[in-house]
Amino acid sequence: MAMQFYASPEQIMRDRSEYARKGIARGRSVVVLTYAGGVLFVAENLSTTLHKVSEIYDKIGFAAVGRYNEFENLRNAGVRMADLRGYSYDRRDVTGRALASAYAQTLGSIFSEQGKPYEVEICVAEVGAAPEHDELYRLTYDGSVQDEPGFMAMGGQAEAIGNILRAEHSESHTLGEALKLATKALSNVGGEGGAARTLAPEQLEVAVLERARPGRKFRRVTGAALAALVTPAKADPPAAETPKADPPKPGVSKPAATTKPDVPKPETPSAE
Amino acid sequence: MNADLAPHATTIVAISTNEGVVMAGDRRATMGNLIASRDIEKVHPADPYSLIGIAGTAGVGIELMRLFQVELQHYEKIEGAMLSLDGKANRLATMIRQNLGAAMQGLAVIPLFAGFDLDAKTPGKVGRIFSFDIAGGLYEEHGGYDAIGSGSLFAKSSLKKRYKQGLGIAEAAQLAVEALFDAADDDTATGGPDVIRKIFPVVMTATAEGTQRLTDDETAAMAQTVIAARALQPGA
Repeated sequence: MAMQFYASPEQIMRDRSEYARKGIARGRSVVVLTYAGGVLFVAENLSTTLHKVSEIYDKIGFAAVGRYNEFENLRNAGVRMADLRGYSYDRRDVTGRALASAYAQTLGSIFSEQGKPYEVEICVAEVGAAPEHDELYRLTYDGSVQDEPGFMAMGGQAEAIGNILRAEHSESHTLGEALKLATKALSNVGGEGGAARTLAPEQLEVAVLERARPGRKFRRVTGAALAALVTPAKADPPAAETPKADPPKPGVSKPAATTKPDVPKPETPSAE
Repeated sequence: MNADLAPHATTIVAISTNEGVVMAGDRRATMGNLIASRDIEKVHPADPYSLIGIAGTAGVGIELMRLFQVELQHYEKIEGAMLSLDGKANRLATMIRQNLGAAMQGLAVIPLFAGFDLDAKTPGKVGRIFSFDIAGGLYEEHGGYDAIGSGSLFAKSSLKKRYKQGLGIAEAAQLAVEALFDAADDDTATGGPDVIRKIFPVVMTATAEGTQRLTDDETAAMAQTVIAARALQPGA
């Protein structure tokens, strides 16, 4: 007689979470952050055709890490939903919040009802009229959704990258400064023996949601335009001055306007 | 009969040049003998490199255009690349064919489609114009210009005498405005430049830089040029 093994629901969910988390942590990272002129997406991606960052609608962009076929499915569904809504009602009625909640439902039901969870983490970003109206949503494999405070990192060693962003991100950055910070954060992990790497422009997939642009605000930054933005950052030693040990991560998100590069924030009491 | 049923959009002209295309449309919509609208806009960008103008039942035409714009953008986002200009024209032909039933009942719509061909091999062939019939037939216009709508006969006659190869975009735009003036002169359903209300034709271009709509000041100046020239030689 076949023996039925019992596994508690808690155990099943834990196993699924662990499975998804491992898959996501294996890949390369993506960084999304707001700057004065809009929202910047930077992905470490060697392919120029298989995108990790793409346009969903006029003001909405999408970034993902994990399994390509799975997040590509989600991206297609998002574009379809946005286009259908914009056509049925009005272009202004397509919002990042609605899209994020649709993604949360999809990911949540896949996580609890199907054998294998999606090994993806995605970001839905909407650019607003001013930096304080930008919205960044982080959606994880289990369908949970978080509203992020102006910056986020996903995939790979997202925690370490996020710490660098947290310390230095500012909404008043120019595109060049924001890209420099994103490159610094991405290159600071994954090097030999914990050393920083150098990321060449062709290793990066860069796109922006430009606040000032009329209509469709999504624009890819490639080729010469990208090299021109990255090169000044390469002139001075990249990320060499980064402190090796990051300050302990504070539990709460900070108001993102007052930080200076490499200076511990005065309002964070939890420094060493 | 069915002209009284719903507003009708009238004349559209398109001219191709070495740099791209120009499309212009008058601003009148009619319902039988009534003017339904004085400031309707019948020429729109279909996507960043192509233009669509509509003639026929305005409501159906505007809806067709909106759906076409959504389809092109949707394709571009899903596939990560734009449709070819021929692909766009074929898609539009299919959409018109699907309207055949309504067209037979009197709600016909005929668009004019033109665009900048990003894949053009020869430099002079970047601006291309496509016309359609209500059965979904698709015809590329190699003559360099075309017109649709009730005033198209007069607009084309005007262009026939004045069009020549190697026009610049600005010259072609001026020519398009003049052709619309001729259409309005002889066709009651086509609106001429309205200097009292300051309503002038919609003129759009599609070039390597993308689509662009000429400002009201620019089209006003073009219309004034035509009016000044015709004041000297009004014709009969």
